[in-house]
Amino acid sequence: MATQHSRSAARLMMAPAVVLLLAWMLVPLTMTLWFSFKQYLPLRGGDLGWVGFENYVRFVTSSAFWPSVQATLIIVGGVLAITVVFGVLLAMLLDQPFWGQGIVRILVIAPFFVMPTVSALVWKNMFMDPVNGLFAHLWRAFGADPVSWLSEASLFSIVLIVSWQWLPFATLILLTAIQSLDSEQLEAAEMDGAPSLSRFWHIILPHLSRAITVVILIQTIFLLSIFAEIFVTTQGSFGTRTLTYLIFQRVLESQNVGLGSAGGVYAIILANIVAIFLMRIVGKNLDA
Amino acid sequence: MARAVTPRRKALTTLAAWAVGLLIFFPILWTILTSFKTEAQAISDPPVFLFFDWTLENYSVVQERSDYLRFLWNSVILAGGSTILGIIVAVPAAWAMAFVPSHRTKDILLWMLSTKMLPAVGVLYPMYLIFIQMGLLDTRIGLTLVLMLVNLPIIVWMLYTYFREIPGEILDAARMDGATLRDEIVHVLTPMAIPGIASTILLNVILAWNEAFWTLNLTAAKAAPLTAFIASYSSPEGLFYAKLSAASTMAIAPILILGWFSQKQLVRGLTFGAVK
Amino acid sequence: MYLTNARRAATAIALVWGAAASAETITIATVNNGDMIRMQGLTADFTEQNPDIELEWVTLEENVLRQRVTQDIASNGGQFDVMTIGTYEVPIWAKNDWLVSLNDLPEEYDAEDLLPAIRDGLTVDGELYAAPFYGESSMVMYRTDLMEEAGMEMPEAPTWEFIEEAAAAMTDKDNEVYGICLRGKAGWGENMAFLTAMSNSFGARWFDMDWQPQFDSEAWATTLDTYLRLMNEYGPPGASNNGFNENLSLFQQGKCGMWIDATVAASFVTNPDDSTVADSVGFALAPDAGLGKRSNWLWAWTLAIPAGTDSEEAAKKFVQWATSKGYTELVAEEEGWANVPPGTRTSLYENQEYLDAAPFAQKTLESIQAADPTNPSVDEVPYTGVQFVAIPEFAGIGTLAGQEFSAALAGQQSAEEALEKAQALTADEMEAAGY
Repeated sequence: MATQHSRSAARLMMAPAVVLLLAWMLVPLTMTLWFSFKQYLPLRGGDLGWVGFENYVRFVTSSAFWPSVQATLIIVGGVLAITVVFGVLLAMLLDQPFWGQGIVRILVIAPFFVMPTVSALVWKNMFMDPVNGLFAHLWRAFGADPVSWLSEASLFSIVLIVSWQWLPFATLILLTAIQSLDSEQLEAAEMDGAPSLSRFWHIILPHLSRAITVVILIQTIFLLSIFAEIFVTTQGSFGTRTLTYLIFQRVLESQNVGLGSAGGVYAIILANIVAIFLMRIVGKNLDA
Repeated sequence: MARAVTPRRKALTTLAAWAVGLLIFFPILWTILTSFKTEAQAISDPPVFLFFDWTLENYSVVQERSDYLRFLWNSVILAGGSTILGIIVAVPAAWAMAFVPSHRTKDILLWMLSTKMLPAVGVLYPMYLIFIQMGLLDTRIGLTLVLMLVNLPIIVWMLYTYFREIPGEILDAARMDGATLRDEIVHVLTPMAIPGIASTILLNVILAWNEAFWTLNLTAAKAAPLTAFIASYSSPEGLFYAKLSAASTMAIAPILILGWFSQKQLVRGLTFGAVK
Repeated sequence: MYLTNARRAATAIALVWGAAASAETITIATVNNGDMIRMQGLTADFTEQNPDIELEWVTLEENVLRQRVTQDIASNGGQFDVMTIGTYEVPIWAKNDWLVSLNDLPEEYDAEDLLPAIRDGLTVDGELYAAPFYGESSMVMYRTDLMEEAGMEMPEAPTWEFIEEAAAAMTDKDNEVYGICLRGKAGWGENMAFLTAMSNSFGARWFDMDWQPQFDSEAWATTLDTYLRLMNEYGPPGASNNGFNENLSLFQQGKCGMWIDATVAASFVTNPDDSTVADSVGFALAPDAGLGKRSNWLWAWTLAIPAGTDSEEAAKKFVQWATSKGYTELVAEEEGWANVPPGTRTSLYENQEYLDAAPFAQKTLESIQAADPTNPSVDEVPYTGVQFVAIPEFAGIGTLAGQEFSAALAGQQSAEEALEKAQALTADEMEAAGY
């Protein structure tokens, strides 16, 4: 086991990363806290004095607050559901032997390389535009009225765009996990005549649980703070104003730094609740 | 892969897999195709797929308007620099966590990950002030640091999971031979860790390359990477699909190519080392 | 107080660093609109005259640009030496002493030549704080061929009633021709610019003299009802995502019968290179409702120099170049008279070559001159600005309200709900701002 000597060495080795991250977290956080108790309006001369918890009260009582929490949860939940379900299906498909596995795998990973701004721009203009978008052409070809995706089905559209970006990630993790599944075990089950559904339910899915947890953990971290996709497409209209976006509007559009900072503190609290919740599950699963 | 399958089944699977693959890839393919069309063809109804007059005009227009290479160079510096810095800081930390674990290791790891959940928007104003104070606005150094910090938790976590796969017995054996801590790292661990480090590097280059919040808000002209380049092509006046496509293709091509050439490592990297 | 000092120190540091790094490089933040892109392409002319000055361009989409420059000026970031801002920002920023006065531009710049309506909006306490790059009002652009087919004739100064009749007559949804295209995309500079200007003609206003929001007024209800009826029955699909650029593209493709929007669009829709309907576009003044105010706005994109820049002289030289008569001539020479930046100088509208090349010139000038930022609506208001309210909070409020109206256009809520929400959130924000 580790000696005293290696323990202190280990601590020393961890120090830079820990100190850096601590500073990265604490310095802006302290400043955000400081601002959140202030009436701070840069366009009106900046610091207008302490206001206690006024910003906090105002932020939650504003009519936009709860809808924004709801929108955040719908988007995160929707993307997680889609990527996990389709990720599992896709992973099982790609696990089968077929011709051109390498190329198909490249095609499937590709969306992950596309920067969010680009993918949002491309989807918004070239696919979802109700006049010139490809979907509109397709709809008209079948005699249907084009849908204006980003206003009539705004949340769905955003979930679709984000899911497209993250499906490759989910698929790959799940594929790697499936490939490690003992094929003998599967064959044995097949011999026993277990129907494929039950094989999936009792052997494949339990085996994937750890991988699914990882997918959920990592994606949640990134999804809670999605910004570019909304900024580029709807700018928060049509019920797509997430908590992140609401804060952005407060700080940058209204230039109310105090109010926005209070919102930031709420967002940090929300993120931490989600984090604790997730880590409970993941923490257990990671030891396995 | 020892499972026997009938050719019929294999053919069906092939068909299904290719269909799904092409469907997922289609938006990118469509963007690339559109970038070679004229603006009028880009919106023609019905859409033209392959049979149009291929033109490079959009690329020359985009290049003329914005100096692509400068943005590209900044992207390379920022993505590369932040990854290298991150690796330098993260390798020792991950090594310590993996080989000298204590009861707090997991807490520290999870805490590190949780810093990634802080909403960037909430701390933009403070960060801006800090950057002004330190004279870091629109500098590559400042942005490299930020990107490094943003991705550091992921780097540490990935490296940790890779390092943990390295069997401890090898270390014990080395120690028996009287290897020092330094020897352990340089001669025993590093060679075994290289594949994991390579995957980590790749994944982080991609994450840093695509980061669009800090890169857009903390740069102006000198340090602006490709994310800023794209921001000047979104909804300008008049028809712009073809130009937007060309700019998009230019922005994603380098990373797409890098990703494809290093697919094997990347697939491993994409799984964050957490799944075997 | 700690922060203020720290900020001063920081600025000092930034100045020193900046100065060391860039002897005479000026960084210009601008919008990706056609005229600005053209300016970027013509800078060789400037650098030849001023070989010691180098230009760095930061060209961004309008929303990103606005967010970047506001953030930078408000926190004294000093990243830009020249900023492209609008008539909304100029008076607010000038009052905060954030801009460099341009009163000392040389005689040959001829500031007297700037259109009074525009110049007044950029002047605070007698000091000119920004130089207009191009100015605009709004007007009706319509398809003469479709009007003829419909057997109608567009008056010089139509009413909303007439616009509705004409829209009905021109709409042919099977052939993707929509009677009217209007802005629907949420944003204070997008749908709210249009709606606020429109509401003026119906006698509505944002605030009464006690700064109480007025969305609960009859006049706003009429405005919104008319707007929604026009758009739902005769507008293009998905209009709630259409801003200026989307509508421009629709009009150029021949999909709009009428389009009420910025006068600068006139040169784009009559340009045969981009527009399929270039030779059949007519112009009329923005509609009214018989109450004495028309629904045209007043806007200018201007170049301003942030106070505290380390290259003030070089920045001034550039601003002067880009907004000079000489630049106009340069564009005329390179791209033709129809493409010169409009709406800033009296002399341009006295130039016969321009008047010949630009059939829309007269209407543009009339529209600009008809706009009155100090008395925008029928009733008295405590603010200035035609399609905006020149207070710092407006950008935020305008966008939030715009999102409600955009949702109403998308059919996600009724006009009453949208007005109610707009009223509530405006009251909230105004209270938060201390009114």
